[in-house]
Amino acid sequence: MTTAPTPVPTPAATEKLSGGHGVSGTATPAPGSHAKRRAPRGGSWLATLPLFVFFAIAFGLPAVAIAIGAFTVSNDAETGAGTFTTANLSDSVSGAYWTALVSSVKLSAITALIGTLVGLPIAQAVVTSRFRMLREAVLTASGVLANFGGLPLAFAFVATLGNAGELTKLFHLTDHGWTLYSFTGLTVAYLYFLIPLMVLTITPALDGLRVQWREAAQNNRATSLQYWRHVALPILLPSLLGGFVLLFGSAFAAYATAAAMVGATVPLISRQIADALSGNVLVGQGNLALALSLDMIIVAVLVMAVYLPLQRRSARWLS
Amino acid sequence: MTTVTAPVADVQPAPGSATVEFRSLRRSFGATTALDGLNLTVHPGELLALLGPSGCGKTTALRILAGFEQHDSGQVLVDGEDITRIPAHRRDAGMVFQSYSLFPHLTAADNVAFGLRMRGAGKAERRKRAKELLELVGLPQHADRYPHQMSGGQQQRIALARALALQPRVLLLDEPLSALDAKVRLNLREEIRRLQQELAITTLFVTHDQEEALSMADRVAVLRAGRLEQCATPSELYARPATAFVAEFVGTMSRIPAVRAGDGVEVLGRRHPVDGTVPADGQLDVLVRPENVTLVPALHGRAQVVGASFLGAVTRLTVRLADGTEVKADLATELAAGLPVGSTADIALPDRPVLVDRRAS
Repeated sequence: MTTAPTPVPTPAATEKLSGGHGVSGTATPAPGSHAKRRAPRGGSWLATLPLFVFFAIAFGLPAVAIAIGAFTVSNDAETGAGTFTTANLSDSVSGAYWTALVSSVKLSAITALIGTLVGLPIAQAVVTSRFRMLREAVLTASGVLANFGGLPLAFAFVATLGNAGELTKLFHLTDHGWTLYSFTGLTVAYLYFLIPLMVLTITPALDGLRVQWREAAQNNRATSLQYWRHVALPILLPSLLGGFVLLFGSAFAAYATAAAMVGATVPLISRQIADALSGNVLVGQGNLALALSLDMIIVAVLVMAVYLPLQRRSARWLS
Repeated sequence: MTTVTAPVADVQPAPGSATVEFRSLRRSFGATTALDGLNLTVHPGELLALLGPSGCGKTTALRILAGFEQHDSGQVLVDGEDITRIPAHRRDAGMVFQSYSLFPHLTAADNVAFGLRMRGAGKAERRKRAKELLELVGLPQHADRYPHQMSGGQQQRIALARALALQPRVLLLDEPLSALDAKVRLNLREEIRRLQQELAITTLFVTHDQEEALSMADRVAVLRAGRLEQCATPSELYARPATAFVAEFVGTMSRIPAVRAGDGVEVLGRRHPVDGTVPADGQLDVLVRPENVTLVPALHGRAQVVGASFLGAVTRLTVRLADGTEVKADLATELAAGLPVGSTADIALPDRPVLVDRRAS
């Protein structure tokens, strides 16, 4: 069983100058729980009411406002009155905006994939460590680093790996073609908070892998590699997928780090929204910004559409 | 009530069935000694139960044999070969765990065929073997079910089939029944015993349940603090326990104060010879089983009935002696009816050697 990952933040969240990739406390529960779930009784739905109210206010209303705004063109600047149009949406998926959307998806997918692949073995090392202090230190550090973003992260990277950064000078990185202000540089910077986020997300699931599964696999002639391939990874799949989606969402919605570090060098959808809202390029682009936000929501929904059936299938094994 | 079955005398070991030997096996976890020089041999085709209280080292011995633990010193031999350096995945032993441990993402058939898959067997062979084994454990219709769709007893049968899939030379059972409810446990223990006898596979069975051990095993090894107290057939273990610990751990035993009298002891006003030796110092107790205590209704008898437990054909009475000692006695239920709670009786022990132990201070 895996909790649904944090939804990809709404465009409102992307406008946070703090970076927009905070940890939402998502902890994938341990697999292997065999507890039978009872069907909720009628009265128990009342307990979920505050959640639904919160969801409606924090997610439903903004989403509806975005959807309406994305299909509206303002006719009167003072009253805000407008008429229906699909122009905003078609503009949002053409030219520079389309490039930015593709670039954002690419960056998010790559960083989420690397974050998942690197975070998993680190978390496994933490889980299997005999030193409790090490485990606590790594998890605490991960909690801090997963929330370390925005301008401080950008500055830290500029100071260490920028053109005049300490590490750049020490290892003559520019001689090897390194530049922080690129897609690759941004990928490295994003991994700085995404890998710790993956460690935090996957550790509870790794804790839930029963020692007896490994021993049963060994007892059935499986080597360590075979155990991971045929037992551990399939069992962890829902949690890994959940982690991947969470990382994808965090990277997709991140704004401040990219804005401070690479500016317009790497086109990103979150930056295009900011430009459209602030009127950096053209004034009166508010509705286009909402259309771009709608694009982000659609991408998030598509990612969830791939994730949920896989998660549901895997969850059946573990329920 | 404990059911004592006769040991299976003529088990013909399977061709691949192995002899297992623990030689002077030692294992410590920090300051705790789990195994303290264990010496034990399991014969081919035999079901040997490792019995003892928690922490006596029985599971550690099993895990060392499976390759999941390393011993500090001593040897583990299978058919005379020291297997210490052989990794767990290359040891020819099938294991059934306490908590089922089926792989949750695989169906019953895939769980059973897992070892064959690891060994590189083809799909057709795997399917055929899984079908055979599922039939062997009586669950052919559950082939496509996932573990969470099966009961605990069914899961444990699948685990047993999985352990047997590779035709191991040794079968290891680590408290396989302890997570099951009483009725399922009873059925499954008969099932395990039937399969073990049918396959005549050398089996090591860890349990803390004396009833399980006595009813299933050819021989029972009683462990205490990492040491072997006694290894014998269930009937021998029950009737002739080698130590006071075994006597009290296996079955029910009452202690009655006794005094030295020449080579023997005097208890309940009569002299008895001693089975073994009399401890040289300290106060003594005689250990006696409930079925060996005789009670005869008597108006001024030295024992007063203070409790009665109906066990079917037998009723277990608890009587109190003048010094406050409580003794348990099994009587045929119709005889026990003549000794209601509060009545008194004369108490006696059979005229044969008794087991004596130093009284705990």
